[in-house]
Amino acid sequence: MGKYIEMIRMRFLMMLAYRTNYYSGIFIYSINIGAYYFLWSAIYGGQPSIQGMTVEQMTTYVAIAWMARAFYFNNIDREIAMEIREGKVAIELIRPYNYLVMKTMQGLGEGIFRLLFFSLPGMIIVTFVFSLQFTANVHTWGYFALSTMFSFIINSQLNLIAGMVTFFTLNGEGLLRAKRFVIDLFSGLILPISFYPEWAQHVMHYLPFQAISYIPSMIFTESFTGDAVMKGMMFQAVWCVVLIVPIYVLWKAAKRKLIIQGG
Amino acid sequence: MYAIEVEKLRKEFKSYSSRSGLAGAFRDLFTRNYKIIRAVDDISFTVKQGEMVGYIGENGAGKSTTIKMLTGILTPTSGRVVVNGMNPHKERERFVQTIGVVFGQRSQLWWDIAVQESFRLLKKVYRVSDQDYNEHMDHVIETLDIGPLLDKPVRKLSLGQRMRCELAAALIHNPPLLFLDEPTIGLDVLVKLKIRQFLKEINEKYNTTILLTTHDMTDIEALCERVIMLDEGKIIYDGSLQRLKQNWGEGKQIHFQFRDIVSKEELMLLVDATWEQGEDRYSWIAHVRATDMAHVIGKVVSSYELKDIHIREVSTEEIIRNIYEEGIHHG
Repeated sequence: MGKYIEMIRMRFLMMLAYRTNYYSGIFIYSINIGAYYFLWSAIYGGQPSIQGMTVEQMTTYVAIAWMARAFYFNNIDREIAMEIREGKVAIELIRPYNYLVMKTMQGLGEGIFRLLFFSLPGMIIVTFVFSLQFTANVHTWGYFALSTMFSFIINSQLNLIAGMVTFFTLNGEGLLRAKRFVIDLFSGLILPISFYPEWAQHVMHYLPFQAISYIPSMIFTESFTGDAVMKGMMFQAVWCVVLIVPIYVLWKAAKRKLIIQGG
Repeated sequence: MYAIEVEKLRKEFKSYSSRSGLAGAFRDLFTRNYKIIRAVDDISFTVKQGEMVGYIGENGAGKSTTIKMLTGILTPTSGRVVVNGMNPHKERERFVQTIGVVFGQRSQLWWDIAVQESFRLLKKVYRVSDQDYNEHMDHVIETLDIGPLLDKPVRKLSLGQRMRCELAAALIHNPPLLFLDEPTIGLDVLVKLKIRQFLKEINEKYNTTILLTTHDMTDIEALCERVIMLDEGKIIYDGSLQRLKQNWGEGKQIHFQFRDIVSKEELMLLVDATWEQGEDRYSWIAHVRATDMAHVIGKVVSSYELKDIHIREVSTEEIIRNIYEEGIHHG
């Protein structure tokens, strides 16, 4: 376990070495949040609530969704694709650790860095500018933290899958870009899932994407209460387990190809 | 017990070739042409614990493929590999704990952060205790003289500095077996000397087995008593460097600088040796066996007036080149 914790620390240091790259990021996220804030204020107009969410809940939803994204988002899919292309994955096989777990830990190091140096200062700036509604309920914060952890796991699992798929395709760039777009759209980052048409909601219930952004954000804004919170987190937990299967199969296949054909 | 045991090891790759033209490209979509290329062809050898072996061959001879199979990165098509008493592919995590690998062309350190952070991570990865680490690595760091480099990010190091750090990184868990794939490529003479000195020391101190591939014959001469020579996937020589030199070294080269112009025929009549013209018509080079050397010099000196004479040994590099050009059976 020590080696995996060391890896988190390592990635954190790496991010710290390039920290200036992130100051502009805070600015971009704040603009994004601002744009959605005004957009939603305009859409609500005088209406007290749409789809069971008040305008305060909605703007808070947008803000928290973007800030949580800073934590769960990582580029390990691109890194894996690059390491496969450059033949570095083969070298990883001479290390006594699991490459995929190591990659996930790097993602976590990156996430913790962004949480501290990006989300928190960003959130402070945003709360000064816009009127957001933060709950004082400790339980909600707790559920939200747990749920965001699940978001991280599921998003990382999808990244691992996407990264490994590039091993079998010649050019992975298009695939990775499509994956990123699908996640932003279907995870509920741009629009809460409850705003999609019935049939689309039904389809999305069978996909893992809403576990990434929609569920933690709904928990935070207290749009989910009681049973809904537990059901949401169960949904996340189940997907965490289910996604291990394709990862395992892909890694086996990728490794076989690697050790037979030399990458 | 042997550190490395290899029996009838073979590795074949499928190599795809594309057809020409648009029609060809369409046909490639359905059936692709491929041929099987045998990179390593039924090789067998064993290496004892504590040996330093030079593994040499031209580019594409199959050196790297062999190293990859020995380290468990590639699976053999057929044959048996036992390294440190284990099958590298079956018990990967336990196996890699017992080997150290340096690829000269590929960094294993983390590019953007200080060297010591990479060391710290590897120390954790290989579960090295603080006591072992300090005892062993203090010495390594001192011998390789990398103490002042430890707090610098890898990207700021020169090639020579980086290579020394790579070597130290490969030794953090003090493995009994070390694979070095072209460790001195592109390095200056001083760094090369330091690295060789260090490898010798490690070998003496810990009885570390070292398998080394290189294109630099001076590395081999300085370090290895035994060489394994590979050509087109087959072992063409396996034995001591000394014997290689004796059998294929073709003795000595004697450079004569004459005062007058001398013809080849005259020289051939005088002594039976292989004569080769030097830079001008006054200078001739005789290729002779070491045992004939005195005889040849005596004859020439007594018959002609000389301006200069010097004797040169055939370098290992030349020997190797000759073997590849003329085949192993020449000698």
